[in-house]
Amino acid sequence: MRSFEYARAGDPADAVARFRPGAMYLGGGTNLVDLMRLGVAEPEFLVDVSRLPLDRIEPDGDGLRVGAAVRNSDLGAHPLVRERYPMLARAVLAGASGQIRNMATVGGNLLQRTRCPYFQDVSKPCNKRQPGSGCPAIAGDHSNLAIFGHSSACVATHPSDMAVALAALDARVHVTGPGGDRVIPMPGLHRLPGDEPERDTVLAPGELVTAVHLPAPPPGASRYRKVRERASFAFALVSIAAALDVAEDGTVRDCRIALGAVAHAPWRCERAERALRGAPAGEESFTRAAGAELEQARPLPRNAHKVPLVRNLIVLTLLELAP
Amino acid sequence: MEITLRVNGSRRTVEVDPRVSLLDLLRERLGLTGSKKGCDHGQCGACTVLIDGRRANACLALAVAQDGSDITTVEGLADGDRPHPLQAAFIEHDAFQCGYCTPGQLCSAAGMLAEGGPSAVTEDMAADPALTAEEIRERMSGNLCRCGAYPNIVTAIAEVAR
Ligand SMILES: Cc1cc2nc3c(=O)[nH]c(=O)nc-3n(C[C@H](O)[C@H](O)[C@H](O)COP(=O)(O)OP(=O)(O)OC[C@H]3O[C@@H](n4cnc5c(N)ncnc54)[C@H](O)[C@@H]3O)c2cc1C
Ligand code: SF4
Ligand code: FES
Ligand code: FES
Repeated sequence: MRSFEYARAGDPADAVARFRPGAMYLGGGTNLVDLMRLGVAEPEFLVDVSRLPLDRIEPDGDGLRVGAAVRNSDLGAHPLVRERYPMLARAVLAGASGQIRNMATVGGNLLQRTRCPYFQDVSKPCNKRQPGSGCPAIAGDHSNLAIFGHSSACVATHPSDMAVALAALDARVHVTGPGGDRVIPMPGLHRLPGDEPERDTVLAPGELVTAVHLPAPPPGASRYRKVRERASFAFALVSIAAALDVAEDGTVRDCRIALGAVAHAPWRCERAERALRGAPAGEESFTRAAGAELEQARPLPRNAHKVPLVRNLIVLTLLELAP
Repeated sequence: MEITLRVNGSRRTVEVDPRVSLLDLLRERLGLTGSKKGCDHGQCGACTVLIDGRRANACLALAVAQDGSDITTVEGLADGDRPHPLQAAFIEHDAFQCGYCTPGQLCSAAGMLAEGGPSAVTEDMAADPALTAEEIRERMSGNLCRCGAYPNIVTAIAEVAR
């Protein structure tokens, strides 16, 4: 590991003031320290933001405000989150292990990097790690990479479970930085790779996530489901966060669908949602909605299995949520 | 950088390079070799310790970032000569073979028993479920055992959870 300086920031303004080129913010370190050990991240200066006074979960209007330094385990265990946003609690608890969730922060979880095997291996080229060096995943191992929104420069996926639930919940990410404060609606924090795969998010250098605001929970039933290779402690092959509100006459009043592990960002299924609103809540409409979303899928040779996986997951989850 | 920690009840002030993990500090500088290094990437749980009472992977924790924290390792679980109830249950139920994962299993179980709340296998997120074998397996999934002593580990933990 390359040597670096370390400082603990006292408050968000202090963290931003200390930031300089070559610096990185440190949350729980569960992703960053790992990437430093692998030689993928080589910061010269770590500004520790894990102990900032951003560790509270508080009611905010008809929603909830979650500080960026809240630990993943505290988010999943909070009574208001469990009661009002069970989809979010379930998504958080489906990620990593008890130990990692105790360390990981909300800010760090959002900004964790892809698990693409080439990105993590410095002996291989990778456009995300080293712009312009190429993308070996396209001709190589992309079995767990993107089917939506990828580019000829990068086919990586974002691995967070929590971010998928936040995308379905219309959460807003509060940010402060050298240019002042701003609010970014999910899933707009993460970008598609285009020809700049080195940029995971829309954040500018030095911008610090301070909080996540959850608006009032969507009406109706909701669920987070994760498909993985083993029952626990594994990243998703595909995951879904869905909410379904069905009117008296049996038609869909409103719905939210977001997918994980299928794109460079949590994937909000706007086409499927549009196809569902006003349609009768049943298997036929659900299958049609999944099909409408999958029209824009561009599977790669070795990840085409994700297409039926997504279709079945959307249909089964909506059937489970329908009254 | 100079940091001060409480390790198993005693105050320790040490000079560390920012690159040093809490695990390497414990094992190589403080002589506490109970915590094991399996993977050094957060994937196996052999390095699990309690930081301010909460279980964490010492391999992913930078020592400098723990300045001011209270650390408990497997060496600090027992009360003098009296083994921790989990240690007694592990012996009683033969919950190990080679023993390499055991310190991490013990610290993880001690942290887990203090946690409560739902897990990924709990049906109702608002409920506080009983610690069934299924719940224990899910909550302990961050600790791998290459000898496959899982059935006895679960039995030992279940006995203490009761
Ligand atoms: C073995 C293993 C299994 C895992 N399994 C899963 C899984 O199944 N599902 C899942 O979702 N995740 C999983 N994870 C990933 C884990 O959730 C992330 O590592 C964790 O959430 C990152 O949070 P952190 O606070 O430790 O971030 P750090 O590692 O400290 O930081 C991550 C990134 O975020 C930046 N950052 C941190 N805080 C801020 C902030 N406030 N503002 C701006 N930038 C910031 C850092 O600069 C860094 O680039 C797993 C990790 C491991 C090691
Ligand atoms: S998919 Fe993206 S992260 Fe993976 S090798 Fe290609 S450029 Fe790198
Ligand atoms: S050594 Fe820390 S988790 Fe494997
Ligand atoms: S007892 Fe050998 S690894 Fe668990």
